[in-house]
Amino acid sequence: MLTLMILAPLFGALLLTVAGRRLGERLTGGLACLAVAVATGLAFAAFFLKLLPAAPDAEGVRRVTERLGTWFSVGSLTADFGLALDPLSGVMVLFITGVGLLIHIFATGYMHGDEGYVRFFAALNLFVAAMLTLVLADNMLLMFVGWEGVGVCSYLLIGHYFTRDEAADAARKAFIYNRIGDAGLVLAILLLVTKAGSVNFVDIARWAAQQPVETLGWAAVGAGGLTTIGLLVLLGVTGKSAQIPLFVWLPDAMAGPTPVSALIHAATMVTAGVYLLARLNGVFLHAPTALVVVAVIGGATALLSATIALGQDDIKKVLAYSTVSQLGLMVMACGAGAFTAGIFHVTTHAFFKALLFLGAGSVIHALHEEQNLRRMGGLGRFMPLTRWTMTAGWLALAGFPLLSGFFSKDEMLLETFTSAVLPGGLAKTLWVVGLLTSLLTAVYMTRLMVLTFHGEPREAVTHSQPHESPLVMTLPLVVLAVLSVVGGVLGLPEAFGAHPWMRGFLSPLVLTPAEFAHEAASHTTELALMGISAAIALTGIAGGWWFFQRHPLWEAPRIWQAKYWVDELYDMAVARPLEALARRSLWQGLDVSVVDGLVGGIGRSLSGLGAGLREMQSGYARGYVVMIFLAALLILGYFVFSPG
Amino acid sequence: MVPLSWYLILSAALFAIGAAGVFVKNNIISTLLCLELMLNAANLAFVAFSVFQGTVEGQLFVVLVMAVAAAEAGVGLAIVIALFRNRETLDVDESSLLKL
Repeated sequence: MLTLMILAPLFGALLLTVAGRRLGERLTGGLACLAVAVATGLAFAAFFLKLLPAAPDAEGVRRVTERLGTWFSVGSLTADFGLALDPLSGVMVLFITGVGLLIHIFATGYMHGDEGYVRFFAALNLFVAAMLTLVLADNMLLMFVGWEGVGVCSYLLIGHYFTRDEAADAARKAFIYNRIGDAGLVLAILLLVTKAGSVNFVDIARWAAQQPVETLGWAAVGAGGLTTIGLLVLLGVTGKSAQIPLFVWLPDAMAGPTPVSALIHAATMVTAGVYLLARLNGVFLHAPTALVVVAVIGGATALLSATIALGQDDIKKVLAYSTVSQLGLMVMACGAGAFTAGIFHVTTHAFFKALLFLGAGSVIHALHEEQNLRRMGGLGRFMPLTRWTMTAGWLALAGFPLLSGFFSKDEMLLETFTSAVLPGGLAKTLWVVGLLTSLLTAVYMTRLMVLTFHGEPREAVTHSQPHESPLVMTLPLVVLAVLSVVGGVLGLPEAFGAHPWMRGFLSPLVLTPAEFAHEAASHTTELALMGISAAIALTGIAGGWWFFQRHPLWEAPRIWQAKYWVDELYDMAVARPLEALARRSLWQGLDVSVVDGLVGGIGRSLSGLGAGLREMQSGYARGYVVMIFLAALLILGYFVFSPG
Repeated sequence: MVPLSWYLILSAALFAIGAAGVFVKNNIISTLLCLELMLNAANLAFVAFSVFQGTVEGQLFVVLVMAVAAAEAGVGLAIVIALFRNRETLDVDESSLLKL
């Protein structure tokens, strides 16, 4: 069943690649959706019919496994083609297939008339297959296959409009930044093989649980233990989940078609890093130094990109930086040990961020590829459905009380505040960072909504006749809007007298720090913190609403518009020196003078030798006679003078 | 009795004269003549060794060399005639088509 779940979209991708050109647009889109629908059906069936009734194993974890055979076996290391559906991968699989299906349906309308229609859906199907491999794999190596697979699909889809320089560059950029992160992940896997002796997640968790908790400090970083593994994994996470220092590829990835941004660069692929952190929670909980670094990087990313989002005018760029910022919050929560809260936010974020991207796609579609917020405005009356569904996404993301984003963000902030694994001062600081990020999130999202749908229509709207998108595009919006509103029921807080389903479901596979440290936060604190974050969100929304209604064309500080010049900094610090090294030393220095010199020199010396020897061939009979004579003398001399 | 070395010195001298002739003569007939001289220098050495060692192999070789020399002269002179018909000259330096 699990295997079929991966094979269905994979088969769809193959079929479209081989026969797509003959199928026509309708059949192509239908087949692609069907492939994902089959995977979705299987995912729900596997989750509800197999995983939920399954009896917990010795460690108290419900698991459905499928083993297809051994991939390879070297010495004591064995890697299987093994799939495992456990609570963590179960949650991931559900929203990957579910949101994936909705986005596929949306894309059949959005990509209508595109000349790369078949190619697009083949890659999109392949992506779903790779993403399912990533989360269903029961060992690090097979997961890495999926990890790389989604990277490749991301590359293909960002570069969908490959005739545009901007898209081709963005695709390469995404791929290269991911490679940097992947190098860390590969090293982490190798280190795990030597230390834990296995790549299987169950074995790794078992091994990690037996290790003593390492001490907090820089000494642990290079010690080659859990902390080192954790930090190397973190490097992989910063690449895939777009964290500092490797976050710059994600905003550029918006050069791809909007459904791709929604599926890959908001809902699923970029959350793979958070998934990996949660998957290896046993390793991280025993490595406090790694947790501190994870939390600080997450918090810094969250705040930094939230400010950048405020300075962007491209509707997709705002959402992209918002994604980076939200991913930062998730990573920060993981760093605080709140892995379940991180996964909870991954899920709700998948709903409302996919919704927002698809809504943005609907807007862009209606305005004939216009993405600049400053040229929009007043769209609400033309596109009521898009407007109201996006409103749901906006409020959910901004943390409006009782919507899905409110609960998940609140849980992350609460767990960070009361973190049992971070030093107290740091936990409080990060909590403040999280609050600031929430405030900024509410403000920039309100700005996006006001500039798009409210106020007076500006040039892009007045110059075209915007109309509501077709049903295939609005239907997914409606479904996602409903999910964004009610998604919070997955993890209602204990303070409400509810039993948070997500936390209980993931335990003990993914431990909360409270469980790890055997203590619980008091409900009074929880309610107080919840009140604070609700107040912050409402302040941001109301303030943003008031301000941007009056000043829609407000200019953000230069430093935010220029994204802190991070790209320029990397260009100066890394790209240019590397290029200079390549050009001057390696190309002009090594290649041209040494390698070419050697090869050319051999050629030249041989032809010189030939020219010299040619002189002997005079054509005069007497010359030959002399040569024969001398040669005879030489041979004679050899026999006369040679010893023996 | 004349010692062996004298014969050999004479043979070497004849050979050297023949070789020098081959090297320096322009006329192809002279070249052939000098070639004969070299062969006969070798013949002289053969018979001298034959007499001094009391064996007949040297003399047999001389007969063989003479036969070869006769054949060589026949072929050589035929080439000379063919060459002269083509080029109207006997100068070896005029026939240098073998170079590139």
